Amino acid sequence: MQRQEERVSTTGFFTDSTLCIGCKACEVACKEWNDVPEDGYAWSGLSYDNTLALGHSTWRHVKFVEREAEIGKGGNDPHHLTWEFSSDVCKHCEVAGCLESCPTGSIIRTEFGGVFVQPDICNGCGYCVVACPFGVIDRRPHDGRAFKCTFCYDRQKAGLVPACAKACPTESILFGDLEEMQRVADRRIAQLHGAGMADAKIYNPTDTSVGGIHAFFLIRGDERAYNLPPRPEVPTALLQSSWTAAAAGAAALVVGSLLAFALGGRK
Amino acid sequence: MIGERRLEEIRREAEQTGRVAAAGIRAAGAPFPKATAENGYYGLPLLKEPVWTWEIPAYFFVGGMAGAAAVVGVAARISGANEEIVRDARWIAAAGGAISAPLLVGDLGRPERFLNMLRVFKVQSPMSVGAWTLAAFGSASAASLFAEEMRRQTDLPVTAVGDAAALLSAATGTVMATYTGVLIGATVIPAWSKHASTLPLHFAASALSSAVSMLELLGHEEPALKALGIAANAFETFVGARIEMRGGKESEPLRHGASGTTIRIGGLLSGPLPLLLRLLGGRSKRARRAAAVSSLAGSLITRFAWVKAGRASARNAPR
Repeated sequence: MQRQEERVSTTGFFTDSTLCIGCKACEVACKEWNDVPEDGYAWSGLSYDNTLALGHSTWRHVKFVEREAEIGKGGNDPHHLTWEFSSDVCKHCEVAGCLESCPTGSIIRTEFGGVFVQPDICNGCGYCVVACPFGVIDRRPHDGRAFKCTFCYDRQKAGLVPACAKACPTESILFGDLEEMQRVADRRIAQLHGAGMADAKIYNPTDTSVGGIHAFFLIRGDERAYNLPPRPEVPTALLQSSWTAAAAGAAALVVGSLLAFALGGRK
Repeated sequence: MIGERRLEEIRREAEQTGRVAAAGIRAAGAPFPKATAENGYYGLPLLKEPVWTWEIPAYFFVGGMAGAAAVVGVAARISGANEEIVRDARWIAAAGGAISAPLLVGDLGRPERFLNMLRVFKVQSPMSVGAWTLAAFGSASAASLFAEEMRRQTDLPVTAVGDAAALLSAATGTVMATYTGVLIGATVIPAWSKHASTLPLHFAASALSSAVSMLELLGHEEPALKALGIAANAFETFVGARIEMRGGKESEPLRHGASGTTIRIGGLLSGPLPLLLRLLGGRSKRARRAAAVSSLAGSLITRFAWVKAGRASARNAPR
């Protein structure tokens, strides 16, 4: 047998919020390439953000975090807010809740390490929606199927960079070999800390049941202000205790019914 | 225009004093929540709400009752109780299984693809385990009923086949009565996951109480049914008390707001009320029927309440 193991490197996104200028080119490029439908034209009143969250028809989402200035940490003028931009995306978890929970096998792990929903298989059961600790995947009304970032699986197959990373004018969104991205992030954080930006940090929950993410972020301050959970957990971690309780319930049903009829069935 | 007039005032103030002390114009919707550690990102929810509609909690009720009825039916058959209760239990199981499938298919975003549920078997997905269980349960309980009716109307030797099918129906029935608790427990929704190891027992008791009550309403008066009803109602009372007393911020949707009220109504109707009616009703037929109706309503409301609480929990998940 011919040995033809093509080594495909595992890829990742490194999104650096300190370089983001909030232009939303990533959102537009993603919509264009993936033919994602419109998701409403409402004005939110919340900074320059009118998309508000990732969802079935928003696969890249630029967050506009306005905060009180802290002299020396962020902003130099106490009368003006600081303005942070961060382009959010599906995290492509190492242990993905959506993938584990999918009953049809529609959601798969690609050879690039991404988590991909096969649109020809998804039957819209909605279980992945309650299995994602980041609130990313959602069912699209009228269409009926669940959608999220595909990690531009089609582009990666053709050796191309995902549309959002390609469009980013400031290289805030970097894409490449996952380990290389981690090295870039480490160098960047050291550089920023050296420059006195003490609150800059990498968001990548490697010490939870999620086990790390393929799209990690450089942010400033508390991750909760970015709607990133401090300790995301995959729901599969609850399966053992929950099924144990189910087994106990099943046993109680059987034993209880048998006992009740054995003792009192015949009058 | 009030806005224009206010702007004029501000301009005048700026011209005269060189600075503006007062606040400007209040924008519609102001004050806007801030992006902070406590608020999260402008107070927007981090999690997505469950997309399930009424079919899913209705299925929890119907499927649970059918599963428990199959178990009760086999127990009655083994004990040699009267044949009518065995037949009626098989009817409830088979009808419940038959109703469950369209309920689940109806909730799918792409109902025509329902067969994809049986494309793979994934033990780590409670939804997959449930789909396969329902397929087996539905077939077995239908077969057990068919054999029972054939046995009564023909001379065909189908008793053994019917009993084997009933046994399979009861075995999968125990899963039907419990797995829906795992299904919603093993998720990221805080109000559900906090109770991941209580929900399967809670739903099992709810399923048993509804199956027993349905048999009672069909006219069966075996003391065994009363004993099972008392046990299930007592356990439901215990679960209700536990929800009231335990479980921090995550459990708030179970106690407050519309979902909390629904949980309480369901809890009262499936716990203390029928329990008292069964214990104090003596030989009164009316008390027994009232307890049965209350249990059934409580069981149904409880399932809707948990799904409702899940939605509220996703909207206001603690950070």
